[in-house]
Amino acid sequence: MAFDYDKWIRPGKLPHIWCPGCGHGIVMKGLIRAMETLKLEKNDTAIVSGIGCASRLPGYIDCCTLHTAHGRAAAFATGVKMAKPEMNVILVGGDGDGTAIGGNHFIHACRRNIDMTYIIMNNYIYGMTGGQFSPCTPTGHKASTTPYGNPDPGFDIAKLAIGAGATFVARGTAFHANQIDKLIVEAIQHKGFSVVEILDDCPTTYGRRNKYKSVIEMMNRLKEVAVPVKAAEKMTAEQLQGKVLTGVLYKEENKPEYTSEYAKVIERASAAK
Amino acid sequence: MEKTLPKIEIIEKYCKGCHICVEFCPKDCLEMKGFYASVKNLEACIKCMQCELRCPDFAIKVITE
Repeated sequence: MAFDYDKWIRPGKLPHIWCPGCGHGIVMKGLIRAMETLKLEKNDTAIVSGIGCASRLPGYIDCCTLHTAHGRAAAFATGVKMAKPEMNVILVGGDGDGTAIGGNHFIHACRRNIDMTYIIMNNYIYGMTGGQFSPCTPTGHKASTTPYGNPDPGFDIAKLAIGAGATFVARGTAFHANQIDKLIVEAIQHKGFSVVEILDDCPTTYGRRNKYKSVIEMMNRLKEVAVPVKAAEKMTAEQLQGKVLTGVLYKEENKPEYTSEYAKVIERASAAK
Repeated sequence: MEKTLPKIEIIEKYCKGCHICVEFCPKDCLEMKGFYASVKNLEACIKCMQCELRCPDFAIKVITE
């Protein structure tokens, strides 16, 4: 039976604003399937985003949603979670929103290990604002502000999240649509800060400047570079050159979670009166 | 047992003509008709749902049973 996405879509909001072939729609479908699998209640789920193409996502989903200032999704979401710790808080955003403008909020949310899920759609560029290079644009690639090639090395979002202290880090791609909802389900179930990086395509502002002739070429690139973690164990360093690992990259169960730790602080402070 | 065919519904209002469903259909069931995707060969469909999963625009529904 066809999956009923309409249950989670705000009536009259489709078609969405994303360009033809943009992977954000595929990620949104994955998120909806994940929420349906977990049987989340609409009133107990908050989706928080910043600014950008990917951050338009909460506008289409019918549950508690919050569209905030550029890069500040993690800050606002921390507030939601602290006020209502029983709520499922999901953050969505792009690579520019999450790791550049909101980079500081992102690493500190990781450090605190607060029980939220951050879905970062990494399309290697600032799409909405006109194709400027982001911290994830690979070296040498072109953007509207680096027409002769980007001199900076790109961020590895998954490694950044692990280094900053996130306790669940996974990576998928928009091509492997079937895997997206499984990773998101695992991330939402995880108690602690979980990051799911989804490699995405931006045919309009990134593909056009970097000699990808079509959406299909961009999708095929995602298919080629992605290597599942288990398959990578049997591969040599040379074979892994230029590849990106996908699947669950890091998981730690024992680190204390922030809202429960903060509840203990409140208890101690109340007892001291 | 006779093979039951699914019903592939394409919502033209949502379709943006990105070609993803047409290119990644393993059985080559779909084609582009003008701007929109349309069904070319329903007989070959194996109900793998790849078109429904990958359509970024919520425009394809593969209805089985």
